[in-house]
Amino acid sequence: MKETLYDKIWNEHQVHLNDDGSSLLYIDRHLVHEVTSPQAFDGLKIKKRDIWNKESIFAVSDHNVPTLNRKAGIKDEISRLQVSTLIDNCSKHNISYFDLNDINQGIVHVIGPELGITQPGMTLVCGDSHTSTHGALASLAFGIGTSDVEHVLATQCINVTKEKNLKINIKNQLSEFVSSKDLILYIINHIGASGGTGYTIEFMGECVKELSVESRMTVCNMSIEAGAKSGLIAFDDKTLEYMIMKKYSPSKKYLDQATKYWETLSSDADAIFDKTIIIDAKDVQPQVTWGTSPEMTVHVGGKVPNPDDVSNLEKKESIERALKYMDLKAGQEISSILLDKIFIGSCTNSRIEDLRQAANVIKGSKIAKNIKQAIVVPGSGHVKAQAEKEKLDKVFINAGFEWREPGCSMCLGMNDDSLEPYERCASTSNRNFEGRQGDKGRTHLVSPAMAALAAIKGHFSNIVDYINAK
Amino acid sequence: MPNNIIKGQVIPINQANIDTDSIIPKQYLKAITKTGFGPFLFDSWRYKDPGDLSTKNKRRINEEFILNQEPFSSGNILITNNNFGCGSSREHAVWALKDFGIQAVISTSFADIFFRNSFKNELLLITITKKELEKLFNEISESSKYCLTINIQNQTITTPNNLEINFDINDSDKDKIINGYDDIELTLKHKNKIQDYEDNMKKIKPWLFETNDEK
Repeated sequence: MKETLYDKIWNEHQVHLNDDGSSLLYIDRHLVHEVTSPQAFDGLKIKKRDIWNKESIFAVSDHNVPTLNRKAGIKDEISRLQVSTLIDNCSKHNISYFDLNDINQGIVHVIGPELGITQPGMTLVCGDSHTSTHGALASLAFGIGTSDVEHVLATQCINVTKEKNLKINIKNQLSEFVSSKDLILYIINHIGASGGTGYTIEFMGECVKELSVESRMTVCNMSIEAGAKSGLIAFDDKTLEYMIMKKYSPSKKYLDQATKYWETLSSDADAIFDKTIIIDAKDVQPQVTWGTSPEMTVHVGGKVPNPDDVSNLEKKESIERALKYMDLKAGQEISSILLDKIFIGSCTNSRIEDLRQAANVIKGSKIAKNIKQAIVVPGSGHVKAQAEKEKLDKVFINAGFEWREPGCSMCLGMNDDSLEPYERCASTSNRNFEGRQGDKGRTHLVSPAMAALAAIKGHFSNIVDYINAK
Repeated sequence: MPNNIIKGQVIPINQANIDTDSIIPKQYLKAITKTGFGPFLFDSWRYKDPGDLSTKNKRRINEEFILNQEPFSSGNILITNNNFGCGSSREHAVWALKDFGIQAVISTSFADIFFRNSFKNELLLITITKKELEKLFNEISESSKYCLTINIQNQTITTPNNLEINFDINDSDKDKIINGYDDIELTLKHKNKIQDYEDNMKKIKPWLFETNDEK
């Protein structure tokens, strides 16, 4: 039978088919961070259970960690306890843990691929919804809650019902300076914040083939914002090239064997999908979210919608509510929105390519007067080191940005980096939910290049026009 | 049966796409226990002042929010609109709902990870049609003292006006709510099968099991 990529990985990992139609699925890799794991380790302790396969687990602290004065440790007592709890749990169970001052430390979804922990064809879970990121390497990856973290620790398996197959076929190529962030925001706007619920999405088509592996990660990362727990992209030469020479990639001894297997990781030509959506990459312009759901997106030349133009009462009310929260007027030009803060970082956009794109825009410019703070938070120690090697840190600092240590930072503001009430931020992160970046804070999601341009201009502006005029 | 009937006051929040950040904001995720999240449920809508785990200060209540109004403040059945629980995988959202006293949530759809987390904690989620949901919201708007009776075994919701709505629920989810069980223990009944699978994979995909020392 013809299979999709999702079918293939699923079938290879099914240990048992349960009576209720769900499957017991074997998990190859388990990534653990400080926020969603303490209660899981506690659960094991209470029941006197052991961990099934310690070698399959990699742990790191990223959500709660300071991005300034790293050497001084964590000031906040409660955060410090959460991080030290993870360290204690890892040392007690002999689990690999990347310490705050280790170059391998970083956002869990950045370091997984970067270190070769994530490999094609694997099943991979983490107590974090953006685990979908790892699907860019043709691995079936999804976020789980803490009860499931405990379940995977104890059994190496998870009971899950198979999702349906959704194909998003992206024709043609993105225009120059339009990024994969714009593409995924455009797709979420197109299918809605629950358009992918109940599905595993496979992104394919000419556009996807041309995207770099890092750009693909941005696309898969935000699958969850369309409701899909997993996004997938088939293995190809770019994936192979990415996998070589990583710290935890297969050793020389097994690389040929692994590669042979990886080459099977794409959907069969006539595999059946439950649903197919076609997107034309040529239609994608730089995007800016105006509301409090990632589906509330419009291109930078557009306007904030007018609720009076919408007949569906439910939609109308949600637009009204979002406009009130965001303090925007119906019909307002996106380019007229003035910003207070700029955040370049997060598991969506903190890789070296993202930083290069942003640095390229701001090189030789200064941030606008109305910008109170602009920060760059590299996704990992390695990204930071590479950027410094390329002197990108200098570009940012000279423009007025702050150059920080790796972590989740202002994407969710669990550490000291957050918005003050009513502050407005151009952010390269993934969620514009109410209060996400700080109580009453206002988030506009954009690409790294768009965030960099917003920093210089003080408001949103079209990156394509800007570069072409240069 | 231990847990077959859920009966009580409804809390209507007619909003779509309520995310888990709104259900429980990030600052409470620093806790290392599963308990005590109830006072922080819908925190930024419920209070006028921001809070965190360390503040003992009394915060000003937002009287306009439904959870601060009678009879809703003692409700145990939440009715809300589609895609409830979207966003972050934080199970703390379910712990907060449960700790507040919510036993069931009714909507037209739920986010996938939230759905799993809920049943793992014996929080009943009921999916009904748009028409049925509208009907419920209409009836509630006529009388704030509005109690539903949910019979899990029979898969029915009965309104005060004796309207009966049937709902679908997966047998194992139903069993989980009614009887509760340790699903790790259930999985470990397949221990040998898991071990066999793993042993086989060590032969077929040996690179997955290379230890860090071997490299």
